[in-house]
Amino acid sequence: MITFDRTPEAYKHWRVAVDGRVATLTLDVNEDAGLVPGYKLKLNSYDLGVDIELYDALQRIRFETPHVGVVVLTSGKDRMFCAGANIYMLGSSSHAWKVNFCKFTNETRNGFEDSSRHDGLKFIAALNGTTAGGGYEVALACDEILMVDDRSTVVSLPEVPLLGVLPGTGGLTRVVDKRKVRRDLADMFCTSADGVRAERAKQWGLVDDYASPNSFPSLVKDRADALAGASSRPAEAKGVKLNPLARTIDEAGLHYRYVDIAYDRPGRSATLTVRAPDAAQPEGIEAIVAAGDSWWPLALARELDDAILMLRTNDTDLGLLILKTQGDAAAVLAADRMLVEHKDYWLVRETIGYLRRTFARIDVSSRSLYAVIDQGSCFAGILLELALAADRSYMLALLDGDDNAPTIALDEVNFGLLPMVNGLTRLQTRFYGNEDVLDGLQKLKGEPLAAEAATEHGLITVAPDDLDWADEMRLAFEERANLSPDALTAMEANLRFPGPETLDTKVFARLSAWQNWVFYRPNSTGPNGALKLFGSGSKPQFDWERV
Amino acid sequence: MAIDYQEKIPNNVDLASDRTLQRALEHWQPEFLNWWKGMGPTDFQSSDVYLRTAISVDPKGWADYGYVKMPDYRWGIFLADRDPDRTIGFGDEYGKPQWQQVPAEHRSTLRRLIVTQGDTEPASVEQQRLLGHTAPSLYDLRGLFQVNVEEGRHLWAMVYLLHAHFGRDGREEAEELLVRHSGDTDKPRILGTFNEPISDWLSFFMFTYFTDRDGKYQLKSLAESAFDPLARTCQFMLTEEAHHMFIGDTGLARVTRRTLEVMKELGTDDPETVRKAGAIDLPTIQKYMNFWFSSALDLFGSESSSNAALYFASGLKGRPDEGGYDDHSAINETYKLESPDGAGVKSEDIPMRNAMNDVTRLAYVRDCEIGMTRWNRTIERAGYDFRYTLPSTRFRRSIGVWANFSTDPQGRPISAERFEAQKNEWLPTEADRAFVHSLMHAVTEPGKMAAWIAPPDRGINNNTVEYEYVRLA
Repeated sequence: MITFDRTPEAYKHWRVAVDGRVATLTLDVNEDAGLVPGYKLKLNSYDLGVDIELYDALQRIRFETPHVGVVVLTSGKDRMFCAGANIYMLGSSSHAWKVNFCKFTNETRNGFEDSSRHDGLKFIAALNGTTAGGGYEVALACDEILMVDDRSTVVSLPEVPLLGVLPGTGGLTRVVDKRKVRRDLADMFCTSADGVRAERAKQWGLVDDYASPNSFPSLVKDRADALAGASSRPAEAKGVKLNPLARTIDEAGLHYRYVDIAYDRPGRSATLTVRAPDAAQPEGIEAIVAAGDSWWPLALARELDDAILMLRTNDTDLGLLILKTQGDAAAVLAADRMLVEHKDYWLVRETIGYLRRTFARIDVSSRSLYAVIDQGSCFAGILLELALAADRSYMLALLDGDDNAPTIALDEVNFGLLPMVNGLTRLQTRFYGNEDVLDGLQKLKGEPLAAEAATEHGLITVAPDDLDWADEMRLAFEERANLSPDALTAMEANLRFPGPETLDTKVFARLSAWQNWVFYRPNSTGPNGALKLFGSGSKPQFDWERV
Repeated sequence: MAIDYQEKIPNNVDLASDRTLQRALEHWQPEFLNWWKGMGPTDFQSSDVYLRTAISVDPKGWADYGYVKMPDYRWGIFLADRDPDRTIGFGDEYGKPQWQQVPAEHRSTLRRLIVTQGDTEPASVEQQRLLGHTAPSLYDLRGLFQVNVEEGRHLWAMVYLLHAHFGRDGREEAEELLVRHSGDTDKPRILGTFNEPISDWLSFFMFTYFTDRDGKYQLKSLAESAFDPLARTCQFMLTEEAHHMFIGDTGLARVTRRTLEVMKELGTDDPETVRKAGAIDLPTIQKYMNFWFSSALDLFGSESSSNAALYFASGLKGRPDEGGYDDHSAINETYKLESPDGAGVKSEDIPMRNAMNDVTRLAYVRDCEIGMTRWNRTIERAGYDFRYTLPSTRFRRSIGVWANFSTDPQGRPISAERFEAQKNEWLPTEADRAFVHSLMHAVTEPGKMAAWIAPPDRGINNNTVEYEYVRLA
């Protein structure tokens, strides 16, 4: 079983050094410490284990060292920044593993940009040696790319010519969309196994600046200081420690304080239940800081994030995720008020960022999502986002005036705090093309809505009454769980993101989808495919048919 | 600038009628001369040196002797004669006709191979540029310069390939070969070892014996290449490389002989006494061997290498003396690879194609043994028990499966602490280097030798040892 808990003391591949407002993350991969046996992580190449540590290090920078305004990524190896994802790991992995690996690494890189865009944390890639493939893609996710010019070091995206696959961790997208490299030059770049040296890299827009090895540290420092000066993170603030997550794992599922996963293996589904705060929650900034990682919104983000990652990685056959909530809606709305009121305070802002990225993770988790709004539930405010993220929602309808009838409630959080990767809120996405509906919904904030009202406002999908409820639910789950998982994943990915494309949606929907297609084609992964044969010296045998 | 190509650049590649090549060289040749003047041997550019110049590839033509000032040396371009019947000798394309042009799919890989090889040639000239000031004799000074101009010619050979076969990219790479400089931290040479200066003559002889021999084996593997112009270029370079190793071989033999003479005269093998008499004691020579041999081993690359497999499978780089093998495909063979396993050693079978670096490395080790045996015979005849030995291929490695793993010179795994504690017994210490440096003084009288080295058995080109091989300006 793969777990995502890490502590800095036990990092195998990264060193973290904080100096004033600059944190330097040094990649120094231990080649014998791959996450699974069967390959060596040569040349600072990475696997999921390396990326899990990177993710952990970033989270700690976000929360534990809030005064850090800039993260510098560099390498601890001589004349080698990073050779990208380990090819032997990819070559020997199952399709599902490759897809999950790429998804997680994509999310981590998108997370750089998310933090830069929303929360003032800036990123510099200090390429102090040769940078290839995924190594360059991690650089592309940074705000600035600086490169050493020792007349040998190159940057490259050699996936197409060497491996017959794509630079699928945002590489193709960011080269043209973010860095605005002219597309014919990008074509040259992405088909050259050799890559380009610093001077041309700058000319083409692949890097922002370069310097000789002796001047490189001062270039990096100058740019880091400049970005730190402009960062909106607090220059002085005490961090909040991210303590190890309390989690138990047993045959029934995964159990956290506020989140619970219950497996239904025969039904190929899992039920994810989120609980409302069960005790008085802090009021005001000081109390929130004092609560630290036990503050419900932050604890929720961490637990939900971990649960989704665990489920996604370890239980690929549980295709339907049933989303439930439990507890007091008023407590949820109260917590939301703190989020909204103090959203500019760094800890609250980072917590909102964490929630935003975690909900975005749910959106791209390749699981059917059904929200079940039953008695005792609390789909209010931030937890209503779960229902809005779902492909469908089922709400129990009771007779008018029944006090036990479940209700849902909107609040400010639903109107802009947690945009999806398409840049829209889940409500905007839901009512795409009918935005005037949103004005009406604004007026309903704070109001408990039972099944009839919720249906009328388009906030839920189906509202069976108590006589039909049990059977309706059984049929709904069984029916979903029996459809083709591939078709469902693809269908959901298409229906969930109406509206404009963004860099993130392109990375997930265009780049990842093509990459996953390429991964399945014999030209890459067949017995004579380029990825399979890489390292053996033998030449791939391509099927020349263009499809 | 008009160049009389036939006269200025001896060649057998029909340079006079190749406009493309002329244009490329017109630009590059002045850059090369600037590089030579700026980065080549210091202060001897106006001396007349008795040098050998290759003017054709037949046995008479490649050894044309005469006095020449180094900047006027005629760096030529020579490929071994073409054998029209030669077919690809190994890999997946075995038996097919050789390539006269670069196949597009191998273009960047071949270019990288040529650039990496080419980068070492000027690098060694740069590493050795100060040695002329401390030459132990005019004979040795001339030997140094012969090596230097020939490394320069090898650079020309690689540049010719880049210019003739790799278009604009090739021309850019050719320029970069002159821009990177050994030991320049801003623009270092590609391979780490070639950035260390060679500042004493014992190291120079070690370099020509051990490091140039790596060059020999790289050239032997490239001489098998399916890319015919590369193969023929390397075949001809090997004739010159043999001379460089001759310098190392005879140099170390002469140092040893002189030490034995001193030992005999003084009736002792005590290192301190030998040192006081101005000779280099045998244990110090052994330490230098340990150092240079182990760093040369790294140049062959990792024991298990995907690049090596690619080069072999696609016919770019073969095994030295490929003709001597039965199976030229090596697709179904395996190789027993030993690697560290905790405090012990484990053995696993890896595909033969991935092991080609190690195959070449072991052929190299056997070749290194030949000189060792000869020198040991000299020691034995002199009546001493000391014997030179090559350290294990696991010892002091920085690349490959044994990298950064502590062993003793016999290759037995030991703790890092023990290595630290004992490394001064195995590798030259600062004091050892300071001592060797203290011996380095130029001897410029024809026929005279420094006290730490015996004279050679014979001179160059049937001249006497006393011949004035360099007329110092």
